[in-house]
Amino acid sequence: MGRLVLRRLLATIPVLLLVTAGVFALIHLTPGDPVDVMMAESVDDSVKATLRRQLGLDQPIYVQYGVWMAKLLRGDLGRSIRNGEPVIENVGRRIRPSLQLAALAMAISLVVATPLGILSAARRNTSVDRFGTTFALFGICMPNFLLALLLIFCFGVKLRWLPISGYMDPLEEGLQGLRSLVLPALTLGLALAAVVTRTLRSSMLDALSEDYVRTARAKGFSESQVIRGHVLKNALIPVVTVLGLQLGTLIGGAVITEYVFALPGVGRLVVDAVFARDYPLVQGVVLLIAIGFILSNLAVDFLYGWIDPRIRYR
Amino acid sequence: MAGSIRGSGIAEAAAVLPSRALTRGRRWAVLRQAARTRLGPLGAVVTLVAIAVALLAPAISPYDPLKQDLGNTLARPDRAHLMGTDNVGRDVLSRMIWGTRVSLMAGFGSVALAVIAGGMLGLVAGYAGGRTDGFVMRLMDAVLSFPPLVLALALGAVLGAGLGGVVIALGVVYTPTFARLMRGQVLTITAREYVEAARALGAPGWRIAWQHVLPNASAPIVIQASLSVAFAILAEASLSFLGLGVQPPGASWGSMINAGRGYLQQAPWIVFWPGTALFVTVVGLNFVGDAVRDALDPRLRT
Repeated sequence: MGRLVLRRLLATIPVLLLVTAGVFALIHLTPGDPVDVMMAESVDDSVKATLRRQLGLDQPIYVQYGVWMAKLLRGDLGRSIRNGEPVIENVGRRIRPSLQLAALAMAISLVVATPLGILSAARRNTSVDRFGTTFALFGICMPNFLLALLLIFCFGVKLRWLPISGYMDPLEEGLQGLRSLVLPALTLGLALAAVVTRTLRSSMLDALSEDYVRTARAKGFSESQVIRGHVLKNALIPVVTVLGLQLGTLIGGAVITEYVFALPGVGRLVVDAVFARDYPLVQGVVLLIAIGFILSNLAVDFLYGWIDPRIRYR
Repeated sequence: MAGSIRGSGIAEAAAVLPSRALTRGRRWAVLRQAARTRLGPLGAVVTLVAIAVALLAPAISPYDPLKQDLGNTLARPDRAHLMGTDNVGRDVLSRMIWGTRVSLMAGFGSVALAVIAGGMLGLVAGYAGGRTDGFVMRLMDAVLSFPPLVLALALGAVLGAGLGGVVIALGVVYTPTFARLMRGQVLTITAREYVEAARALGAPGWRIAWQHVLPNASAPIVIQASLSVAFAILAEASLSFLGLGVQPPGASWGSMINAGRGYLQQAPWIVFWPGTALFVTVVGLNFVGDAVRDALDPRLRT
């Protein structure tokens, strides 16, 4: 098992190299550079040239990449051009709200989707099923920002129950902090619940048509025993896949949600860095996000083997 | 949905499709089949209306979408302005009509781009095998290892604001899905007897690709493409919402919603109408995609 994990980890290295090279090349091919963004147009060109030299921006692109890569291998992701802080500290400060949001959204989605998906499949073509599938369709077609605005309109503007933007750390501020995360977590959680409901329902339907289910029923198990003992576990693989993909996205920052609710998370950091052309920050954050994404998918791959022992890895 | 603008679960499902060529006769059969589904026709109507609105925008738009009227800002919907006016007095209905163009161009444009690029890459990878295959597919893995919206955002910023940049950015995001699908199809199809027969008869590689592989691989590609358009429209709206895409004062649904979110209390219609248009269009396209999928492969019906 240990060797297997190691081998899979090593296999991600070429992909990661392509990721870094791609990000680096694209960002540097952009017209406009960070110095122009940082300084007004009126600033003397020689001052700008000096700053470019200090930041190494006057070097050829492959030299800049080489320098960046060499530092990266020593664990140094560079510093943000805008505030001069190490990239890793920038991310470190932003990861907490994103992780809390991800955890809360994941919890909401599971609470909503698990019963809904199971009931929809078990009572196919009843009103429960119709509710479940309609909910899933709405959730999948509803853009994140629209749902966010709807929630803000209902709970923030009309009912005034919850704060509509800003962030307080629930671990420090307690209930107040939790309240600041409710609307963003609902936005993400409901969208995710829609996907999970749909996936769970269709994989349950697949499992329900298997021979072993008929056998179990013939042996006299009650329907709930059949579902708990035979169907559910076999229906989990696609659900875990979806959750893994979404978890990567959530940790990497729920870009839109963080933007709408002014949450200081990783997603917001990406948006700001992209618009400010803060090269080292964009590279660092995107690289970290990609690593997180790859690792969470890797974890999902290993979960498969645990859920379904028939899946073996070579 | 939470950042998942690829909707790639379908790709894996579609990859196991029995490959049957979409000959002309079968195309009609598929259409008839799709029309018989419950929601397919409804989705088709919505889609056709959206296309008509986009094409006829100059003719049916009651006002100039860019014309400001500072004496009549945030006006409630009435006879003169059926959907009200926005914060600088522009007619919301007219802007919504012009926004339809942007959304559909982005949706269909980026998916077309992805089908062409992904299809070619998949074809090359599947055919060449070996190192080429390995490199192309690792490249696709690299693209896939970004959360889609983060990638589109970074690419969109690099390519510059504007519709073209967004179309290309989304095209890149969707390319791996089609490349994987196509490669899988090529691998299964080239193992079939009729390809072997063609090869035995001395047919050159390009003719086998053109006459045998492409038509037989088209079914899953069509399914994935028809479902991807809806996601691409959502993604374009998200990017416009963040400030990429069509630049102000130009109208797109996403940017209208972003501009209107500061006026939720006084003028909710600024957000409501483009939001509804976006939602209805995406639902309609989803119905069409589902109907096409069900018609092409009844086994995938859920």
